[in-house]
Amino acid sequence: MAESVIDNSAELPVEKKTSKLAAVSKFRELGLLAFIVLLCVVVQTKNASFLTIGNLTDMITNTAILSILALGMMLVLITRGIDLSIGSTLALSGMIVAQTVSVYSGLNPILAILMGTAIGVACGVVIGFLVAKIGILPIIATLAMMNIFRGLNYTVSDGQWISSYQMPTSFVSIATSKIIGINTLVFIAIIIYIAAFYFINHTRTGRQIYAVGSNPESAKVSGINQTKILLIVYSIMGGLSGLSGVLWVSKFASAQGDTASGYELTVIAACILGGVSIAGGSGKISGVILGAFLLGILNNALPLMNVSPFWQMAIQGSIILIAVIINTLVKRGVDRNNLLRRKI
Amino acid sequence: MTMTQKAIGQNEYVQRTLKDKQEFSWKKFFLQWEWLLILVFFLVLVINTNLSPFFLNGAGLRDATMIFLDKAFVVFPMVMIMILRDIDISVGSTVALSSVIMATLYNDFSLPMGAALGACLLVGALCGLVNGLLIVKFKELSAVIVTLGTMILYRGIAYIILEDQASGNFPAWFSFFGWGNVGGMPFILIVFSVLAVVFTLLLHKTTFGRQIFAMGNNTTASRFSGVQIDKVKIIVFTLAGVMAAITAIFLTSRMGSTRPNVATMYELDVIAMVALGGISTAGGKGRMIGAIIAVFILGYLQYGLGLINIPSQTMLVITGLLLLAAVGIPKLNVSQKFKRFRRKQLE
Repeated sequence: MAESVIDNSAELPVEKKTSKLAAVSKFRELGLLAFIVLLCVVVQTKNASFLTIGNLTDMITNTAILSILALGMMLVLITRGIDLSIGSTLALSGMIVAQTVSVYSGLNPILAILMGTAIGVACGVVIGFLVAKIGILPIIATLAMMNIFRGLNYTVSDGQWISSYQMPTSFVSIATSKIIGINTLVFIAIIIYIAAFYFINHTRTGRQIYAVGSNPESAKVSGINQTKILLIVYSIMGGLSGLSGVLWVSKFASAQGDTASGYELTVIAACILGGVSIAGGSGKISGVILGAFLLGILNNALPLMNVSPFWQMAIQGSIILIAVIINTLVKRGVDRNNLLRRKI
Repeated sequence: MTMTQKAIGQNEYVQRTLKDKQEFSWKKFFLQWEWLLILVFFLVLVINTNLSPFFLNGAGLRDATMIFLDKAFVVFPMVMIMILRDIDISVGSTVALSSVIMATLYNDFSLPMGAALGACLLVGALCGLVNGLLIVKFKELSAVIVTLGTMILYRGIAYIILEDQASGNFPAWFSFFGWGNVGGMPFILIVFSVLAVVFTLLLHKTTFGRQIFAMGNNTTASRFSGVQIDKVKIIVFTLAGVMAAITAIFLTSRMGSTRPNVATMYELDVIAMVALGGISTAGGKGRMIGAIIAVFILGYLQYGLGLINIPSQTMLVITGLLLLAAVGIPKLNVSQKFKRFRRKQLE
């Protein structure tokens, strides 16, 4: 009797209901790339001036700052955090550096960049302290700091703009000069990406960031100093925003009170598009680059396709929502497939 | 109810008693966060009176109340959302969208104003409903990211509708909402008081309110106890949308016209008020009355600072610091740290 029961169950056809969405997770980067190519083709047919050398260089230069910020945001999101203050940090560092160079016009551009980064790190340390040491939720801490930094920026600038004629040419030329044939902004972005690739994938601290994000409790049990990791992550985010502040001011040749206000949302959108999970623990550099590029291309293409600039915000919001929903569905498919595999 | 339980590895029985209601004690009664808030409230009044001779002025105080109360409507549902351990940062955008749609329906589609007001409430409810549905259907997503997406989307739609224009020309009676008085009391204050009573009763005296607290303490346990957690969440987020629409009506009425960028960063003020009111960001704790006192503290503080010519940008810094202090100070656990410090000294 018992044997026949076992035989019967063995004869039953094994139902393999694997989720097709799960396949997307294997080809996420490829899919994103394919989407980018498709988008380029569509835009090119609508407006022939899209794929010209001039426009492409312009686009890549524009995307450089976004991609630098997206890298830092990726680290923050991996630790289950979020940083809404980067737009304000960027503006504050840009404003202070712009004021400094407008007074000391002989300041070496490299020193200006270092100064901006240092200001950013200081801002990041404050947020890291609030989040890691005191234990305030990242969303609330950064929402508060976003307004504090923005307010400080207005106080420092006294409502005045620093325009291009007040900046020395050496400073403005940070964004226009070239290093070995590549625009300096793009060059800096590439260097940062190479350093980040090594840091995230090949150092102990880098791996610990993922560990803290994917399971805080087990990370704590394995002896990882969470406070230290969170402090490092928010300081890196701050440093990168400070650096971006200098690059931003140099590129647009003006520092204002409301510089980059709301830019944090674009950065978060780039990360989510690139497959960084908002629940923490996962995210890849390649994905973030593609996500930043996709947004960069969209921002460049919409005006070329005669889409009203007033549509941009709604499109960005929809992209964020659709991307997180697709991410969730893909993750559900992957989890379901894993369960099936375990049963066999 | 008494539960007995044998402690593992010990011979004696450990008796655990779960009390339904805690006994009243004067010490606990006076150690409540709300007393501190009332103290701070009077402190704000006293300091403001000393700083500016124009502060304690009946008409001035009444006008100030009219100005800061409009965003306070969202505080009620936000208390519930924070007790649920969620957050809603899309309320400012919901205010903008419902206000813009109301103005457009009246001006460009020549709907009667009453119908436009109804549409405003409907749009608000719809915005909240979308938030709630997304959060419930995709449980993996936190409310932070959903409302971040809808925050951009709703304001984006407002920009699509009105572009960079302003829309006004409302009928004369519409300004009653923002500036009207009933028997010497601002109309907005009366509406606020009524809603405050309704929401306090809803949160503290109904099954629905108890369910919110239960979910904030332990969502899984409340689901197993038969709480319809999805339904509760959707209702709370929809309420937030409706209250945002009410804010939109009062705000638009007070300003006389609307633009897509109205109510920017309202969420900071609202979250600051709720956090100051003693509602824990860890969920499951807090009282409506605390948030209501906090509304007046923040409102009169900003009004007083405005009187002594503090620019609105500095106000951002102060609001931010206040939010950090309200959230951070309870986490510092000063008294425990002090005790530990004393013990170390004694050793």
